[in-house]
Amino acid sequence: MSKKLMTRTAGLALASLMASTMIGGAMAEEDTIKVGILHSLSGTMAISETTLKDAMLMLIEEQNKKGGLLGKKLEAVVVDPASDWPLFAEKARELIEVNKVSAVFGCWTSVSRKSVLPVFEELNSVLFYPVQYEGEESQRNVFYTGAAPNQQAIPAVDYLMSEEGGAVKRWVLAGTDYVYPRTTNKILEAYLKAKGVADEDIMINYTPFGHSDWQTIVSDIKAFGSAGKKTAVVSTINGDANVPFYKELGNAGIKAEDIPVVAFSVGEEELAGLDTAPLVGHLAAWNYFQSADTEVNAEFIDTWHAYTKDDKRVTNDPMEASYIGFNMWLKAVEKAGTTDSDAVIDALVGVSVPNLTGGYSAMMPNHHITKPVLIGEIQEDGQFETVWETSGLVAGDAWSDYLEGSKDLISDWRAPLSCGNFNTATGKCGGSGS
Amino acid sequence: MSFLKSFLLLLCLLTGFSGAVIAQEDLESLRPLVNALAEGKFKETEQQVADLAATGNPAVAPLLEALGNGDLQFRKSDKAVFITRSAGKGYQLIDPLTHEVAGEASRSEVTKIKVNNGLRRSIRAALGSLTLMAKDPDVRKTAAAAIFKAKDPEAIESLDTAIAKESDDDVRLVMEQARAAAVLNSDGGDADRLEAIDVLASMGNRDALSLLTGFAASAEGEQKAAADKAITRINKSLALWGNAQNIWYGVSLGSVLLLAAIGLAITFGVMGVINMAHGEMVMIGAYVTFMVQEMIRSSAPWLFDYSLLIALPLAFVISGGIGMAIERGVIRWLYGRPLETLLATWGISLMLQQAVRSIFGPTNQEVGNPSWMSGAFELGQLTITYNRMWIIVFALLVFAGLMLVLKKTPFGLFTRAVTQNRRMAASMGIRTPWIDALTFGLGSGIAGIAGVALSQIDNVSPNLGQGYIIDSFMVVVFGGVGNLWGTLVGAMTLGVVNKFLEPYAGAVLGKILVLVFIILFIQKRPRGLFALKGRAVEA
Repeated sequence: MSKKLMTRTAGLALASLMASTMIGGAMAEEDTIKVGILHSLSGTMAISETTLKDAMLMLIEEQNKKGGLLGKKLEAVVVDPASDWPLFAEKARELIEVNKVSAVFGCWTSVSRKSVLPVFEELNSVLFYPVQYEGEESQRNVFYTGAAPNQQAIPAVDYLMSEEGGAVKRWVLAGTDYVYPRTTNKILEAYLKAKGVADEDIMINYTPFGHSDWQTIVSDIKAFGSAGKKTAVVSTINGDANVPFYKELGNAGIKAEDIPVVAFSVGEEELAGLDTAPLVGHLAAWNYFQSADTEVNAEFIDTWHAYTKDDKRVTNDPMEASYIGFNMWLKAVEKAGTTDSDAVIDALVGVSVPNLTGGYSAMMPNHHITKPVLIGEIQEDGQFETVWETSGLVAGDAWSDYLEGSKDLISDWRAPLSCGNFNTATGKCGGSGS
Repeated sequence: MSFLKSFLLLLCLLTGFSGAVIAQEDLESLRPLVNALAEGKFKETEQQVADLAATGNPAVAPLLEALGNGDLQFRKSDKAVFITRSAGKGYQLIDPLTHEVAGEASRSEVTKIKVNNGLRRSIRAALGSLTLMAKDPDVRKTAAAAIFKAKDPEAIESLDTAIAKESDDDVRLVMEQARAAAVLNSDGGDADRLEAIDVLASMGNRDALSLLTGFAASAEGEQKAAADKAITRINKSLALWGNAQNIWYGVSLGSVLLLAAIGLAITFGVMGVINMAHGEMVMIGAYVTFMVQEMIRSSAPWLFDYSLLIALPLAFVISGGIGMAIERGVIRWLYGRPLETLLATWGISLMLQQAVRSIFGPTNQEVGNPSWMSGAFELGQLTITYNRMWIIVFALLVFAGLMLVLKKTPFGLFTRAVTQNRRMAASMGIRTPWIDALTFGLGSGIAGIAGVALSQIDNVSPNLGQGYIIDSFMVVVFGGVGNLWGTLVGAMTLGVVNKFLEPYAGAVLGKILVLVFIILFIQKRPRGLFALKGRAVEA
């Protein structure tokens, strides 16, 4: 089997061709470094995750054009866990044991991440997780390049509380009913109360996945907002449910000037399916917007358009997180001189690479990274315009300072501590955590 | 220059200044203020907007409007401010005061003057006081509504003059309400304020409630008592309206359920095929709408408002055709084997989903609302959105149409005959296999046109159908298998029950409660609300 054909088969990653890749894998060990991509290409999460798979393939292709890594070419191994959480663990095992990949980039939902954690621990491999999440976790084999709550939720609330953001006094925390919104809202509720917001000024509302009838909730929000105090909605509504939510908001005439909605899961990709004219001014908090006015971002977007052969494809925050994670891995492997997991895990801490908003992001000892926090307003063309950003970089905090069980915990994977949940109150590794 | 004329005319229409001749010097005196907009952050811009509005010069209004819409940009080289309009790859620059074309610029040569929500609020307020005396009553009304939101005490004087001059009753009412809002926010006298509270109390909506609650928190004595009384009054009437609103929302949800389920009522209800691919027929209908809109956008934009009407027959034919192909290709071999049918149609649904994902990509596709389906109107204290209203009308029309087909046409007669007694029908010369295929096609086609309607409220993605399949089965089983009226009553009941539960139990628990209710109901009446009687039941 020729090498070219083999690379192509792997690239196509059809499950039925897995066997031939396996045979090829053994032969190619000398020549290529394998990179696993673990994103759902079918099922409910395909809508978000397919883009990340494409982005990873593009990054790998670009790196190979530059001469690969350690003198070898990179080779992508794509598997499809089909939005099925237990299948994520199976496919992760397959990537590491059968395909012998050096690192895996993947997962979107927290459930899928939790399901692969034991696999990475047992087989001692490296996972880069590129999506904003609820925190309360730090694992030796996982590197979190998306935002922790203190890199997205807390600054967004701070902005809305400020004079510039409208001095909001009343809060609706609306989310989809699963772990990320629930934990984020728990943290936000504790934070708001610490800031002196009264109980009756906080309304918390959960909806099922894919909720499509938002009439009652939108009218509840309207009613909640008519108490004579400035009101804002903090939305952790996930993926698909956002489109009908925003459509209902627009039709019900809730203007951003009156009740702004700040969302943590709505990016350029989600807005692509919407007429954004009635939504101008509603907000989103991310660490990257496609509209970021930097040279490196312009170049990234151009490459993306060229790779997808579609100049309307948008870029988004998890793509930037993949970009940062991939470059950090490259740098760490170069630093360590090997793809051996232990060496790479040690080398990763402290690595600093350029992000797409014009600065540098560094890997912290708790396996989270530093990033700027941006607040953007939705524009008519479906893009965001940055209206506020943190003055410097914010370091990701694995354990929230506002939750009872986790405020004493810290995470530091450097020797001699080497612990993901060190309890500073008791001085022991292994505190409580979710 | 005809373009310029029409642009000017448009601005006049927009703001209602019918070509008032503005002296050139007046305009030029504004120039430094306008160009100052290029400097400073949001806070400074807000001050600059206030300064501009304070000049009272009507030429400021279109300028502020452009700023609010994000059309105001400045040239990087000399910091001159222009209103910009997209022209080819760059912008056309228009002088913000004289509205003359002042050249062109590429996208990199100009920078947009950023606006945020706070700034948009100030612009809205400033525009309100500037356009209060406009010619067009609609503009005056919008202006008054803007002042109501801003509750700026300084606007009271201009409101008084405007109210005195106002000839339109409707507009005068809004102006009086705006004045009341401003008075409550000022340090006016007792009598003035009590009168304002009265005006707001009779307004009786959430906006008034919001103002009064805010006011009551800091008021004292007689004023506080009056405000509290008004608040109780409004709350009482809003609670009543709340029930009406729940019913409306329930009917609206019911109509969506009806649309999703009515095709299934035929394939599953009448034919007895457990059709798990039903949701995908809905999805295909939605994608047909998307394709029709794409074609219209690129070749005939003026047809956009009719896009749904064009999509309806196409969706019916395409979904129906695919349905017939499925029946002829797969299901006809599996009649009488419900378990196999279930698995086979489930497989087909996955294949259709993945096929759509491969062709159109996994992301949402944008399906726009035609103008007659966006926005809302007020009925008393009810906010009724047009898209929901048309969907209710549409669902009932589809239901009536289907009833007609089944009861009044030969095809309907054959269908009923075949489902009631297949062998007898065959003996009478009916080609039962073809009736099966056509009936299945009809059910799928109806699902397709449901997809056209659902594309207006839900997102068009490969997963669209999955969200509706469980609800659809629930409605059909609850209503009674084989009975269209049962589907109608079932959908409406579930919708209304759901909407009455939601405010108390929340959306998640509400859904669970409805499910539990249906399970208990089925225990009591296994054949649903309207059970079919007679020989068909045993067949």
